[in-house]
Amino acid sequence: MSLPLAATSPRLSVHLFLSIIVIALATCSSAFGQSDSLLDTTVVDDTVSITAAPVTTLLVEDGRYDNGDSLRLFWVPSIDDQLIDSKVTGYRVYRAVNGGDAEPIVDLLPGVGNYTDKNVELDSSYVYYVATLTESGEYPSIHTESKSPQREWINFRRGYLFIIMIIISAAIIFYVETAKRGKKLFVRKIAGLEAIDEAVGRATEMGRPVLFIPGIHDMDDVQTLAALTILGRVSRTIADYDSKIFMPVARSLVMTAARETIKASYQAAGRPDAYSDDMVNYVTDEQFGYVAAVDGLMVREKPATVFLLGAFFAESLILAETGNSVGAIQIAGTARPAQLPFFIAACDFTLIGEELFAASAYLSGEPRMLGSLKGQDVGKAIAMITILLGVVAVTMSEAWDVGIMTDLHAWLVKVFSSS
Amino acid sequence: MRQQIPLLITFIVGTLLIVSVFIPPFGDLETTFNIWFDIIAVFAFFLGGGNLLRVHINKLRKRKRDWGFSIVTIVGFLVMLIAGLFKIGNPGDIASAVDAPGSLFYDIFNSVQYPLSATMYSLLAFFVASASYRAFRAKNREATLLLIAAFIILLGRTPFGVMLTYWVPDSTSLLQIPNLAIWIMNSPNLAGQRAIMIGIGLGVISMSLRLILGIERSYLGGDK
Repeated sequence: MSLPLAATSPRLSVHLFLSIIVIALATCSSAFGQSDSLLDTTVVDDTVSITAAPVTTLLVEDGRYDNGDSLRLFWVPSIDDQLIDSKVTGYRVYRAVNGGDAEPIVDLLPGVGNYTDKNVELDSSYVYYVATLTESGEYPSIHTESKSPQREWINFRRGYLFIIMIIISAAIIFYVETAKRGKKLFVRKIAGLEAIDEAVGRATEMGRPVLFIPGIHDMDDVQTLAALTILGRVSRTIADYDSKIFMPVARSLVMTAARETIKASYQAAGRPDAYSDDMVNYVTDEQFGYVAAVDGLMVREKPATVFLLGAFFAESLILAETGNSVGAIQIAGTARPAQLPFFIAACDFTLIGEELFAASAYLSGEPRMLGSLKGQDVGKAIAMITILLGVVAVTMSEAWDVGIMTDLHAWLVKVFSSS
Repeated sequence: MRQQIPLLITFIVGTLLIVSVFIPPFGDLETTFNIWFDIIAVFAFFLGGGNLLRVHINKLRKRKRDWGFSIVTIVGFLVMLIAGLFKIGNPGDIASAVDAPGSLFYDIFNSVQYPLSATMYSLLAFFVASASYRAFRAKNREATLLLIAAFIILLGRTPFGVMLTYWVPDSTSLLQIPNLAIWIMNSPNLAGQRAIMIGIGLGVISMSLRLILGIERSYLGGDK
């Protein structure tokens, strides 16, 4: 016995309404030869067979701004996939290469309407179709046209990024050249770097070693490179003062690079005989194993000065607090914002982000190096102007619906989100 | 010559990697260079492992202070090396993963290395407390601001913080401590972090240019 429609719940009414629309669409679709049926359920030999409409509007296009190694497929999912109680279990993409037999390449979840095939080659042609999957079988779509991927030589999507890079690079090179011509450049004082001589001097006076920790990343991290450039200056001072340096490292390549750096500094200081390979030791790649070894070294050797410069993670505070507990003067620096508060809390001086990268130039005092720091300021000016423009554009666009500001906001988003 | 060759390699590799960002046919260069780097790093590992053994054997031979720890290090290193190299106890054949469940390597890692790492990591909780105690002392205006902000955030993330200000009307809901904590994290804190990130980005560009153009040479021991 059926209930009158008015007596059913609102949710059921919606369901019934949708079902009527789907059935009507199925009838129309069937009339145009698009599909045999939508959600037809037939009984064959006591087995319930659930059919589904195929996907429609299947298109294939070349992947944009790539090396000819992708084709993109778009389709409108099966209309049966849009029902509340959809019986569509997914989609299977078939591909025929150079006129051969079609083979399945991927199964996708229900509701998906696109796929990028990244396993294609430049000189081949591809034909695709997508099958709608139900528990009873597959319902294939029409085939796409034959398509070959094309190679693009320039990624215009990154055009704005290129322009910004050129402006900043040109500014840096301009200031380097200006400094080379003898123009005096003002660079603000960085307390952490001013304290290096004093810190090494303290270690010499106390007769205790200097501990230099270059982070736990390898040589492919620019922070480690920055740490080694500072190590070059620090070890030169240590060589001049005839102090001692220990450098436990977590990466073998850093060990070899650091040895070369210290060796060159000792040679430059005219004391090659004072250099020893034992100044730099490999400990382990394991994060907390390294921390345990360095903490132990700190507690046993009680260094007068600790440098914590490079890429640090959870170990930053453990190392810095141990250094603090043995009474060492600590100079830290990292480009990881999450670790900066720990260093600021536990160390005497902290190089915040860009100061780590500026350290080598600052310490050298060479006009060419200082010029590169000045060039950075142009980048900062661009960032400040853009942020101000963005704030004004979003505020005016949201508060007063000013069309030009909405356009400006959209343009700024486009410029700074080019990937 | 000793400096010229590394500088030339740095220039070529740096320039190629920048170009690869804008020219799709060169897009795989970064992956290729990373693979090359990994291969070089593997060879460097022999140097690292060799150095570790040499240092501790020397310490042991000369009976230096705390030489007993060196025995633990050497034994640990060799046991893990042998367990991994010969895949002792691996359920699969020699081609199976070195850390396959059931292998000696896997068992030692999970029974010894993992708890030891967790122990070191747990020290962080105590160090956070001691560092916070020093950082949050209201010595000057900035430190006082830091103390107040930290207090609000700590309180805002506890049920007690919710309980304290639940009565504040919705029209001034920003004054509820949990909302105030969220505002501090999402507005002043995030703004500060982004400013640092922009500075870092520019610093990386500047340093990379110095390295590529050969202006920065201190990692090679400076100008000679």
